[in-house]
Amino acid sequence: METIDTTSISKSDLKWQIEHNQEKCTLCGRCAAVCTMGAIKADVQKRRKVVSCGDFPTPQVSETAVPVIKQIVTSSKNCVGCELCTKVCPNEAIRPVFNEQNRMNVKYRALNAESPKRGGRTNLHTEGRTLDKIKIGRISQMTDPSLDAMRHTFELLAPFGRVLPPENLPFSVDEKGDLKINKKIPSTRWIYPIIIGDMSIGALSPRLWEAICIAVAYLNEVHHLPIRMCTGEGGVPEKLLKSKYLKYMILQIASGHFGWNRIINSMPEMVEDPAGILIKIGQGAKPGDGGLLLSKKVEKHIQEIRGVPKSDLLSPPNHQGLYSIEESVQKMFLSMNAAFKFKVPVAIKVAASVTSVSVYNNLLRDPYDIVGGFFLDGIAGGTGAAHETSLDHTGHPIVSRLRDCYNAAVHQGKQGQIPLWAAGGLGMNGNLAADAFKMICLGANGVFTGRLMLQIAGCLGNDFGKCNACNTGLCPAGLTTQHPILMKRLDIDKVAQNIVNYFLATHTELKKLMAPIGNSTLPVGRSDALITVDKNVAERLGIQHVC
Amino acid sequence: MCRIGAIKSNEYFHPAKTLELMRSQQKGHDNSGFAFVMQDLGGIFEPYKDLPVLSMACTDMGIRIAEDILHSAGFVRVMQWTPDINNTEKNLNISPMPNYVFEVFNYPKMYKYATQEEKEELLLDTRLKLRQALEDNDNGYVYSFWPDTLMLKEIGNPKDIGTYFNLNTPNNDFVSKIITVQCRQNTNYDIVRYAAHPFFLQGYTVLANGENTFYEKNKLFQKNLFKGYIGFESDSQCFLYTLHYINKILKWPLKYFKHVITPLEYEEILRREDREVLLRIKASLAHLEINGPNTIIGVNPDGTMFVTCDSKKLRPVVIGRDKNTVIITSEVCGINEVLPDRDTTEDIYPNERETVVIDNNLRIERWKQ
Ligand code: SF4
Ligand code: SF4
Repeated sequence: METIDTTSISKSDLKWQIEHNQEKCTLCGRCAAVCTMGAIKADVQKRRKVVSCGDFPTPQVSETAVPVIKQIVTSSKNCVGCELCTKVCPNEAIRPVFNEQNRMNVKYRALNAESPKRGGRTNLHTEGRTLDKIKIGRISQMTDPSLDAMRHTFELLAPFGRVLPPENLPFSVDEKGDLKINKKIPSTRWIYPIIIGDMSIGALSPRLWEAICIAVAYLNEVHHLPIRMCTGEGGVPEKLLKSKYLKYMILQIASGHFGWNRIINSMPEMVEDPAGILIKIGQGAKPGDGGLLLSKKVEKHIQEIRGVPKSDLLSPPNHQGLYSIEESVQKMFLSMNAAFKFKVPVAIKVAASVTSVSVYNNLLRDPYDIVGGFFLDGIAGGTGAAHETSLDHTGHPIVSRLRDCYNAAVHQGKQGQIPLWAAGGLGMNGNLAADAFKMICLGANGVFTGRLMLQIAGCLGNDFGKCNACNTGLCPAGLTTQHPILMKRLDIDKVAQNIVNYFLATHTELKKLMAPIGNSTLPVGRSDALITVDKNVAERLGIQHVC
Repeated sequence: MCRIGAIKSNEYFHPAKTLELMRSQQKGHDNSGFAFVMQDLGGIFEPYKDLPVLSMACTDMGIRIAEDILHSAGFVRVMQWTPDINNTEKNLNISPMPNYVFEVFNYPKMYKYATQEEKEELLLDTRLKLRQALEDNDNGYVYSFWPDTLMLKEIGNPKDIGTYFNLNTPNNDFVSKIITVQCRQNTNYDIVRYAAHPFFLQGYTVLANGENTFYEKNKLFQKNLFKGYIGFESDSQCFLYTLHYINKILKWPLKYFKHVITPLEYEEILRREDREVLLRIKASLAHLEINGPNTIIGVNPDGTMFVTCDSKKLRPVVIGRDKNTVIITSEVCGINEVLPDRDTTEDIYPNERETVVIDNNLRIERWKQ
């Protein structure tokens, strides 16, 4: 009997298997040319046919060589199921099929001594989405009429920046009976309740980053929707830093401090203040992990903008030198506030965790009144690159955590004083408005969204093991790559337009959700408007259980 | 929907006038209750303007409990008045309490040199204590304990309540210069006496109609702000607490009440000179915003009466006047009953962005937000 090696890798181990129909194939070669993973190639296979004609066996052997499209099998780089080959094939001759029986989780580790890395978000769907179990069930009908989403005016604005307790507002009454402010106070801005954030140039291709910037500027200037974008850690193009559009950007500082040299050097020439500063402590998709940009993506332009040589860029998992919440408030917040003369709100982003409530409680007691926002990122958030084990197995769902933080603020009588912004899988089902609205009713002032922008921009992946190759630098859609040719797959204008369109639709939908509960301003904390058929969800969140 | 009314006059008048005001508006309410607050008292209460008056409906046990508490706190009763109950009429739709107590007290001796604030604090603490003590065994309701103020809240048909308390025939004993009134129990929730408007706290009175759709966020914010913000049996109590908080605790002028409950839109604020202040108010008091349909009538401790509406003007209200009287109420038919000879061209239908204010000289001002 022949000995065979079952420890090596074979096609049956792979997650995605290519089905190629030779009959339909015209050998145009487009599929192999388009595949960024190098997962298929044109090949030649031998065919041997034995034919016997006539009354007696007269076997005739015919041997031919046929050209085929062949799947390449390696231990590390294989088909990711992006379906781009299917898309370009004129004859529907090729497609990837997900292999339920795959053994890659074992094989990859066993053969490479490496932990698998990928982009995207958690692919383990063990519990179903809480937000989908919640409905808006308190409808205004008689004594409090519903509003008309098309006719009434609605104000969709959320505070960004420290909101002082009313009794601390430095007001005095003048002789005319008017209130006057008699002391400088930290700045609070009013912005759209959805922030795009926070994806860096480096994680994204400069073309995608630019497309999002264009969309944001367009939504502000033409549609007057004050949508803000957070830059992510990794620097900002100098031109943008010195342009008037900086006012739409929230600059991020994370533990690697990438790009801040350039930001600081540009300060004397800034014509506008940025919209805010976001100090990133943690990320929902990979809590406890720092940023990760593999050297494959550190092309020349990235080296320039971040001020680094070509190498793997790892942000430390925490900010060196900050050991307590008090210290972080003092050091980071004060220096960031001071940098922009206390005119620019400074907020903090952390990964949702069992400890989030304690952190928020402490911040609420901040004696300096300078913490301008608490951004909470849940486990279903996205990332450009992470160890799969972090993505799938670490983190905390956002919904109950956000609710707990809101309740903690209520308990202290300080709700709204440090605005709560939530993220992590919002819009995962494609409907961002519904998710955002429910989070707002549960106590969020606003939400932020990142991964969804990629989906709008043409991402081919999904949360069920498709593609997620954002870490490889080989993004087949040109979104998360720095490769000069791959980047060109992305049409900047079209992507910008799609993002604008999506926000316009979302804006209408938010109004459509506010109207039936009779509110023209955001129903922050109006959990009385929500119902659920799930008793556990009802109990945990304190909303009405219905059946 | 409820119908609400407020009468302010420079002459003392009897609550009979309020029944007259509300009678023609009865289609708009469900005849489930009747409640009023009298301020600036005349008649037999006139000599005691500076002394606290206790308004309470309770059982016999309730009286004893209350007397014990007041006595041990050092309060000394100086006058007592009991309404003249009509027991002869049968089949009245009313669920009366055994006793209705209106008593005037002297402050405890040790408060002789106390400041106004200390006295106000004492009155509030005492009322809360009484309320709690009576609530424990369902022994009654303490509506107010405050100088120059009387209050009654009753369940039943307003007409029958009027008959029961002999309120249909005016006299000169039981009169005041301000009465706020509502003819409906709060039927959204349980029928509880405390849930009926008007609501009163430390000299501030508020009554409203409509629906407070931001009830939950108002309530959650208010319950930590001040010890007197309790109950929340009705979603409209929030308006009273907001008024009290703005004017009494924060000491902001009355005009800012409107900026708190229905803040201007952001774009509009940016165009104003006082934008810095208004933006801060909008942010810091976001949880006191109201966003449903409401008309709110209020009376301040100094006797100023006002009315203001939600920002979309989803509830009706009208103001009519003659030389001696100003009336604010839900429907003009009510004013037509009480002031048939007034100049109707002077009637005011407030818009969604104004606060109409009536001072103690009955001068009416319309404040644009
Ligand atoms: S599905 Fe994508 S990765 Fe797989 S072979 Fe086709 S193009 Fe290549
Ligand atoms: S298409 Fe690009 S962005 Fe989308 S999952 Fe694949 S690699 Fe990531």
